Amino acid sequence: MTDTGFLLRSSPHLKARDSVPKIMYAVVISLMPAMAASFYFFRLKALAVYLICLAGCLATEAVFLRVRKKPMSSLWDGSAVITALLLAMTLPPDLSWDIVLIGSVIAIALGKQVFGGLGNNIFNPALVGRAFLQVAFPVAMTTWSPPATLVIDTVTYATPLGNLKFQGALAQGTLTPLSDLFWGNTGGCLGETSSLALLLGAAFLLFRKTIDWRIPAGAILALGAFTGIFWLTSPQEYASPLFHFLAGGFILGAFFMAPDMVTSPITPTGAWIYASGIGLMVGLIRLFGGFPEGVMFSILFMNTFVPIINRYTRPRILGQRRGT
Amino acid sequence: MQKKTFHHGIHPPEHKHFTETKKLEPLPAPDKVFIPLHQHFGAPAKPLVKKGDEVLLGQKIGKSPVLFSASVHSSVSGKVLSVDGYAHPLGKPVTTVTVSNDGEDRLAPETQGHENPFSLSAEDIRARVKEAGIVGLGGAAFPAAVKLNPPKDKAVDTVIINGCECEPMLTADHRIMLEYPDDVIQGAELVRIATGAQRIIVGIEDNKLDVYKQLRQRDYAFPVEISLLKTKYPQGAEKNLIAALLKREVPRGGLPFDVGVVVQNVGTAKAVWDAVAHGKPLYERALTVSGSGIAEPKNLMVRIGTPFQAVIDHCGGLKEQSNLVVMGGPMMGLTQWTTQVPVIKGTSGILVWSEEKPAREYNCIGCARCVGHCPMGLVPTQLMKFIKYDALADAESAGILDCVECGSCQYSCPARIPLVHWLRLGKNKIISEKRKKSA
Repeated sequence: MTDTGFLLRSSPHLKARDSVPKIMYAVVISLMPAMAASFYFFRLKALAVYLICLAGCLATEAVFLRVRKKPMSSLWDGSAVITALLLAMTLPPDLSWDIVLIGSVIAIALGKQVFGGLGNNIFNPALVGRAFLQVAFPVAMTTWSPPATLVIDTVTYATPLGNLKFQGALAQGTLTPLSDLFWGNTGGCLGETSSLALLLGAAFLLFRKTIDWRIPAGAILALGAFTGIFWLTSPQEYASPLFHFLAGGFILGAFFMAPDMVTSPITPTGAWIYASGIGLMVGLIRLFGGFPEGVMFSILFMNTFVPIINRYTRPRILGQRRGT
Repeated sequence: MQKKTFHHGIHPPEHKHFTETKKLEPLPAPDKVFIPLHQHFGAPAKPLVKKGDEVLLGQKIGKSPVLFSASVHSSVSGKVLSVDGYAHPLGKPVTTVTVSNDGEDRLAPETQGHENPFSLSAEDIRARVKEAGIVGLGGAAFPAAVKLNPPKDKAVDTVIINGCECEPMLTADHRIMLEYPDDVIQGAELVRIATGAQRIIVGIEDNKLDVYKQLRQRDYAFPVEISLLKTKYPQGAEKNLIAALLKREVPRGGLPFDVGVVVQNVGTAKAVWDAVAHGKPLYERALTVSGSGIAEPKNLMVRIGTPFQAVIDHCGGLKEQSNLVVMGGPMMGLTQWTTQVPVIKGTSGILVWSEEKPAREYNCIGCARCVGHCPMGLVPTQLMKFIKYDALADAESAGILDCVECGSCQYSCPARIPLVHWLRLGKNKIISEKRKKSA
């Protein structure tokens, strides 16, 4: 301000309308179909997990903002809500409430705030929370129940990928049908089972250009290529790329977690490297690793490389000679 | 119709409807003009008059001491009231010749034209352009005579006449092309002769189809190509325009000369014609007065040295709640602290509107929009962090000096980070360190 009352500032003087909270809430909206699907398939159990995650994440965020003397408006910028929803979606439906709460506190505290809050974290916060629970409560984290829509007589139940890995589903012909994976009529983490619901939300994000299309594209291509080679050489031994695409947490990971802006590269080349790294690792773990599923580890693993990828994949500057 | 364009960039709202259909209207010369001796890229001009002198319209009152400078001429006839420091739209006070207008517009004798300008030699054209104090009228105010004088080892084959006017809100170039098409094209031919080029290309964005059609339909005595470009910001930035029209890339740190090109704005082309054919020095220019804070937005032909306030008064005055006065376009223009500053050669527009309190700034969330929109292929958020933590060498090797400050990054930043501000700061720091080292 000056004595004439005119503002003094540097250009530009125009601004696009999108803002950090708008981006965050667009992601929240994109998660709605998958949330609705989890309520349908897992009923009230699902609602409880979501609510505990929201309470745990927002409370932890609020405590840190207060202690670090940061503006309390950040609590509602939408980022903590996304972490809560994503974490809930990666948890088994029957997880007890105290474990869920621990996971959500860890997600915000160790996944985000210790690095300096939104924008500074290296790892996807929801996945940090989940990884912690996976290590601390390995049995609870791998106990699955069937969806309410599936009438079977067992209490415990294996996920499609668990079936594939440990039960020899392919040889016995008990592989989960692709249609069940597509609609979500199967077991698994809360928000990952219905491919249709997830893809609806993903289409919204892609249409709005909220996420970089290269990241899901790169992950799908890499996973497809890796699993495709094995499937083509020996289809009786290996599941098809389409199965791998629809089963487990791949869609949730490829469209909602890997493209997390803070923890993914900012250069176009970097996005391809990062995404294909994730796709390859998912294939490797699923086919040859000790776990049936590998989306979480793959994303966390590739998150580590983001700063260095950014540094070495800068675009060519206009007028820069190629290769210099 | 095939539309040419460059990579990246943005599509800000154009807001050109305020003025695009309004004819250029001459603003009566005010009672007093304030003519700064430094209105251009390069060294300030040396005063040729002192307090009490009588001056004529078009009389040279400031002489350019070196090649990178431009002479300054009186925009009215009358008496010199003072030669002293005065407020300037670039921020710092500048030595300014204040002339009281006698209202007679008595023309200086040296303003002589030439009957057949196309018969002049390259050297004659350059001399007349230099004499007339012409600078680039797109906004950067680069001395035109320098651009017309390519180094011996760089052959220029193409003259590009920049009719993009890619800045939102501005429409003065649009009106010049519509109302003075012959002057622009003939000026372009003089530029071609002066630079020894073979081709003339006029680049026009597709939001000015009326101009495009009109220029296409005319007959010219010499070859002129009229080329349509996509409406995208910053289409009119020199390096991007060359890439769009010719698929040539000006090397990093280089000039358009390096790829055989000279770019001149349409207003500059007209000024070249006026100077060479009619002997008219650059003492007035077209500009757009617009924005929601202006009662009656207009396109005006304004004498250099007219205070902003006089221009704004002619447009019905300021609306009360206005708090932002910008010289130039809304993407690259400079905010003003007072409306007493004079119109200078680089004043392409005077924009006024009211701005609310800025929204809060967030940490960078790595959305990469600044990367996706940078027309130079830079990674603005990374550069911003380098500058924030004083890693000047890293910033330089990441290309900070290639930044043209177009503002596409900051425009698209959802975290509201003042990226251009950081990049400008970094560029200044690096350049001043280099000066220190070489000194």
